[in-house]
Amino acid sequence: MAKDSGIGASIKRREDVRFLTGAGNYTDDINIAGQAYVYFLRSTVAHGKLNAVKTEAAAAMPGVVRIFTGADFAEVGGIPCGWQITSRNGEVMKEPRHPVLAHGKVRHVGDPIAAVVANSLAEARDAAEAIEVDIEDLPAVVDMKAAIGGDAPAVHEEAPDNICYDWGFVEENREAVDEAIKGAHHVTTLELVNNRLIANPMEPRVAIGDFNRASGESTLYTTSQNPHVIRLLMGAFVLGIPEHKLRVIAPDVGGGFGTKIFHYAEEALCTFAAKALNRPVKWTADRSEAFISDAHGRDHVTKIELALDAEGKFLAIRTNTLANMGAYLSTFAPSVPTWLHGTLMAGTYTTPLIYCNVKAVFTNTVPVDAYRGAGRPEATFQLERVVDKAAREMGIDPVELRRRNFIPADAYPYQTPVAVAYDTGDYHATMDKLVEIADLKGFEARKAESAARGKLRGLGIASYIEACGIAPSNLVGQLGARAGLFESATVRVNAAGGIVVMTGSHSHGQGHETTFPQVIAEMFGMPEDMVEIVHGDTARTPMGMGTYGSRSIAVGGSAMVRAAEKIIAKAKRIASHLMEAAVEDVEFKNGEFTVAGTDKKIDFASVALAAYVPHNYPLESIEPGLEETAFYDPSNFTYPAGAYACEVEVDPETGVVDILAFTAADDFGNIINPMVVSGQVHGGIGQGVGQALLEGAVYDSNGQLVSGSYMDYAMPRADDLPSFTVDHSCQTPCTHNPLGVKGCGEAGAIGTPPTVVNAVLDALNSGGINVPHIDMPLSPARVWSAIEAAK
Amino acid sequence: MPKISMTVNGQAVSGEVEGRTLLVQFLREHLGLTGTHVGCDTAQCGACVAEVDGASVKTCNMLAAAADGAEVTTIEGMANEDGTLGVIQQAFQDNHGLQCGFCTPGMVMTAADLLKRNPNPSEAEIRAYLEGNICRCTGYHNIVKSIQAASAAMVAAE
Repeated sequence: MAKDSGIGASIKRREDVRFLTGAGNYTDDINIAGQAYVYFLRSTVAHGKLNAVKTEAAAAMPGVVRIFTGADFAEVGGIPCGWQITSRNGEVMKEPRHPVLAHGKVRHVGDPIAAVVANSLAEARDAAEAIEVDIEDLPAVVDMKAAIGGDAPAVHEEAPDNICYDWGFVEENREAVDEAIKGAHHVTTLELVNNRLIANPMEPRVAIGDFNRASGESTLYTTSQNPHVIRLLMGAFVLGIPEHKLRVIAPDVGGGFGTKIFHYAEEALCTFAAKALNRPVKWTADRSEAFISDAHGRDHVTKIELALDAEGKFLAIRTNTLANMGAYLSTFAPSVPTWLHGTLMAGTYTTPLIYCNVKAVFTNTVPVDAYRGAGRPEATFQLERVVDKAAREMGIDPVELRRRNFIPADAYPYQTPVAVAYDTGDYHATMDKLVEIADLKGFEARKAESAARGKLRGLGIASYIEACGIAPSNLVGQLGARAGLFESATVRVNAAGGIVVMTGSHSHGQGHETTFPQVIAEMFGMPEDMVEIVHGDTARTPMGMGTYGSRSIAVGGSAMVRAAEKIIAKAKRIASHLMEAAVEDVEFKNGEFTVAGTDKKIDFASVALAAYVPHNYPLESIEPGLEETAFYDPSNFTYPAGAYACEVEVDPETGVVDILAFTAADDFGNIINPMVVSGQVHGGIGQGVGQALLEGAVYDSNGQLVSGSYMDYAMPRADDLPSFTVDHSCQTPCTHNPLGVKGCGEAGAIGTPPTVVNAVLDALNSGGINVPHIDMPLSPARVWSAIEAAK
Repeated sequence: MPKISMTVNGQAVSGEVEGRTLLVQFLREHLGLTGTHVGCDTAQCGACVAEVDGASVKTCNMLAAAADGAEVTTIEGMANEDGTLGVIQQAFQDNHGLQCGFCTPGMVMTAADLLKRNPNPSEAEIRAYLEGNICRCTGYHNIVKSIQAASAAMVAAE
């Protein structure tokens, strides 16, 4: 019978009540008395020399409080990058300055030139139109191949060849990989693009700066996935504010998907301006502004080669990628194409030799950074596309070819040739589950039925693995991270036995307020409603590193468990005193302390009360109070994995692709709330289908973002997607965190794009239309063109 | 500045607005009804949907002055009188039809409009009716389920 409480129960989300009644507290819902409004004047050209920014006329317009330009930030630090990559030749990456407001040059459409602060947003906007910008157009470079072609304009003087770094991984494997490919029975080669995406959380970014003259404290309200990191970066590296004088609050946040991890110029500007003007300052992005100021995702051009023996065993992989950084290095950008991508090139397979080269390229485009999955979708897309192509070329069933190469279930822990070691997994089991629930046996009959209607039905399969629970700190430090990636939690038991958990994790749709209490409820044998979660406020929670990379429950939840274990250990000592028993004899179960071999018992609430009303209490040996903090730094990543299937119908006359069925069999280890986990998989699949069929950030050759609003950027809508079949019954628990959890938030976005593309190509090829590859998004025009070209 | 009056969630309200003030701004900034959200500037996303004189409207696409004299219902007006969740709201919670919650008010208001016009819609009809609302979290799977559940509950209650 399904549980109705604790770990494994699909309990309904408590946060839903406020979201469903309009009582949420998103950043734009916050208004501070006397606040002024900021409007950013942004560059309309992709590359230009900023000769002058004349603000006099604008400054005299009604309601204008102050206009800031790049010159005002000359003494302020630039927006920092949190990750450093070292090139193959031993040089560290090029790290050009990223000013808060453009100074000297603009480098992408959307680069902020001036910030107008006025009494109303309308007045700020009106005044911005009166600013005279003397800008000298420079040639822009958008295409990565052109950018490194030699005679392209340099985005930054510091990187005349537009190369940020040239990374090789694992460098020692390079020659052996070359040899293996040379001598292989068969080599499948594929060139592909991982299309640039825009994360588009439904809530646009907002920043509100506030300054309290009495306390000297600056407060920033911001739409962020990791308020502590924003405090660290902005305080220490940009504005030079000591952390104890800077508070960052990220209240209800309307989705993140990666793009709200990063520290943005608007946050620094609003914090700076609030102090300079001694007045609260509010900025709310509109959607068109989000398109040119939120970090974009993906944007790789890759050539991958897979070498196989006569039986279809994978021998070696060689992959060369150009990764777009955009015009500046966003917070985590350098890590995405390198350590989050190269280390996943083994996928679920036993390929013994892998070499990955990545050249990161500056272009006159919006900075690119982590987007849902970050690096793992790019690796999985290459791998699962080339495996599918190899299956077709060698005449082996795609499921069978994958099975021949899966890491066997008895091989764990499994050391891959690309640094990471998988702790647990069973890829045959997830594939078995997929074959069953997707009814692959019935596909041929369904295909015949489609054919009878003149449609080409295709079946796509993919397998994926991801490295989640981003940490451990000592490992990521070796890989170039400038931060530790632990997580922390404080568990506070109140005098009457209620529990508050203060976590450094951040919830922006994941349901932490519901799932974290499930863990505590299970540990303490109490109902969930006795547990409250506090997050998203640096003043109320211990130092945290935020939520991304499916790390909330694996790292943040583990920190909470460790803190709760400390509480239980202390409470046992108190209970042993109250029951006059040896502490070794005290057991804690179902919310009660008992003494082995006796009928003595005392409930948790009584022990909590004693801790705060210490009348009969061993004050000489136990401190009063019941509050503990833990910092948790895991020993490894977690490795969720799964197998996906998609069935599509392609209309050969129009190129329109219709998704008829989508099935996911995932292994997330132990699961706290199956309902919430399924929901996250659904969302990931939705975004994955978006990437595969609809979404793409398109620049013209001058660096104008052509897909700059919802009018031109195709977001998946309800009738673009089918209902999904998802299953998480295959569970190989993580061996190195106390909950055995792996993380689920990105899986759908990782496994889905190759599954959908494989399905479309299967429809065409098995329908007699020889098309080796189509780049995403597989719009009707692209599919139709490929069909026509193959005729 | 034009002075406008309307009934919002059963209460008479009035205010002075600039001619360019949008209905969504009036609701959010003048009345403090922040449940109605702004997710885009092209009337594509549907986060701002409310009911105006019986029809669902994207309130970012209507001037406040144009709603002078109207009957408006926002997400804040959708709960039962005792404060418990209304049928559609409850169906969304029961079926995990929301994650970050930002598009949710617009989804609920659109669902209410659909179910008023078509009490027993098919899955395809639901998906088609959500054409004007974007959700980035749920893949729509559970939103569709929520609306189906609300439909069943409302039909059963009749």
